[in-house]
Amino acid sequence: MITFKRIAIVMLVLAAGASSVFSQDSTSVDLLNQLNDSIGKQAAEMDDVNSIFKATQIVNLPTVEQPGRNNLQFIIMHRFGKLDGGLYQLFGLDNATIRFGLDYGLTDRLSIGIGRSSLDKTYDASFKYKLLQQREHKMPVAVSLNEWATVQTIKYDDKPYLNAKYRTAYTSQLLIARKFNRNLSLEVVPTWVHYNLVPTPEDQNDVFLLGLAGRMKLTKRLSLDLEYDLLPGDPMPSRDIKPSFGVGLDIETGGHVFQFVFSNSQGMIGPYYLTETNGTWGNGDIYFGFNISRAFGWKKTKAK
Amino acid sequence: MKRLFFLIMVLALISVKSEAQSYFTRGGQISFFSKSPVEDIKAENHQVLAIIDPVRHKLAFNLLIKGFLFEKQLMQDHFNEDVMESDRFPKATFTGSMKEGVKEGLNHVHLTGQLTIRGITKPLNTMADLELKNQVLHGNCQFKISLADYKIKIPAVLKNNIAPDILVTVNVDCKLMQKK
Repeated sequence: MITFKRIAIVMLVLAAGASSVFSQDSTSVDLLNQLNDSIGKQAAEMDDVNSIFKATQIVNLPTVEQPGRNNLQFIIMHRFGKLDGGLYQLFGLDNATIRFGLDYGLTDRLSIGIGRSSLDKTYDASFKYKLLQQREHKMPVAVSLNEWATVQTIKYDDKPYLNAKYRTAYTSQLLIARKFNRNLSLEVVPTWVHYNLVPTPEDQNDVFLLGLAGRMKLTKRLSLDLEYDLLPGDPMPSRDIKPSFGVGLDIETGGHVFQFVFSNSQGMIGPYYLTETNGTWGNGDIYFGFNISRAFGWKKTKAK
Repeated sequence: MKRLFFLIMVLALISVKSEAQSYFTRGGQISFFSKSPVEDIKAENHQVLAIIDPVRHKLAFNLLIKGFLFEKQLMQDHFNEDVMESDRFPKATFTGSMKEGVKEGLNHVHLTGQLTIRGITKPLNTMADLELKNQVLHGNCQFKISLADYKIKIPAVLKNNIAPDILVTVNVDCKLMQKK
């Protein structure tokens, strides 16, 4: 009986000692483990894959990125003349075309944009709608719909009858992108260009293309971008169009993204780079240029 | 008789343990602020998990880096992708203890503990105000952390935009946790 009592006391003392040691050293870790259990749920809800690309376009092809709600992006796109212009044209620097654009996020999924290109004095209006958001576990790709309407306003002395209806073209693109890992993102872009008027009866009013694009991060703030627009058949014989191919180098700082680009297209918006590219890389028909975008935000973080 | 005594002691021990009361929230707020000659940068997280145990003088915080909201979406993207690498280091945590006990009313306490950001753990000592009222424990606290301590690198072009020391403000309302 006495031995039992002793054992009981020893056990109690040990138990008490153990529990006090336990509470001294590991309670805070214990508390953290409790929190870790509940943060799992939060993490599952916040598994959106962001920053699939850095900018809203690769070189000319749009990306699935867009300004968020109440964010405004101002973009200046610049293409100099052909590099083969030689010293006389200072390798193209004498002839520059430029586009200014404003894009605004109405919601986190819908953004609208307007722009003006000096090439053919073209005005454009566009919207981008995010259909699907890439998610860590549930959704393998991001999908956005991109729509452009373009109207060129350059004056033709010989064709004064061309009214706005005939000067308008539409570009519809489905942007399907996936960020494979921290460094590599790829995008496939089925594209449909519709012209209200084409130069000759042989030319088709509807042109279908397949854009392929990718970004490879070189360092945290530097990435290499490539894009190619696959053009099946010869839908526009009078124009002798070539597939557009572009290479870009993105450099990002705080609110800016600088893109240095080389492309065989002088136009910077659909349908220009898609169906009016006639240069080939092999002949030195390369336009050097840059895109600079600056973001402005007014979204106030919700107070309480 | 001995068995009964043993049982009573065990029960007593269990009841002592269950007396430990924790205060808990999922909606704590932590914001940080960087003041530099070029611009002020501010972000807020409203989904901070916090647990405070005034009996054992322990506390722990846990938050997802992705939960910080910025005014500019682009800034938020850069913060997650480049600065904090939140896909690699999704969480920031704090575990620590209070020197003083917590009584009903306002308490000033000394906190010491370990703050983990980007997988790097550094000691943190700071003062905090804890107010216990109607079974709600309100805590607030401010401290500075240095970017260099957590190996947060800022590119040369942005050196002037971001302060080397970031002011962190913590605000939590923890409710008494019901034991299972």
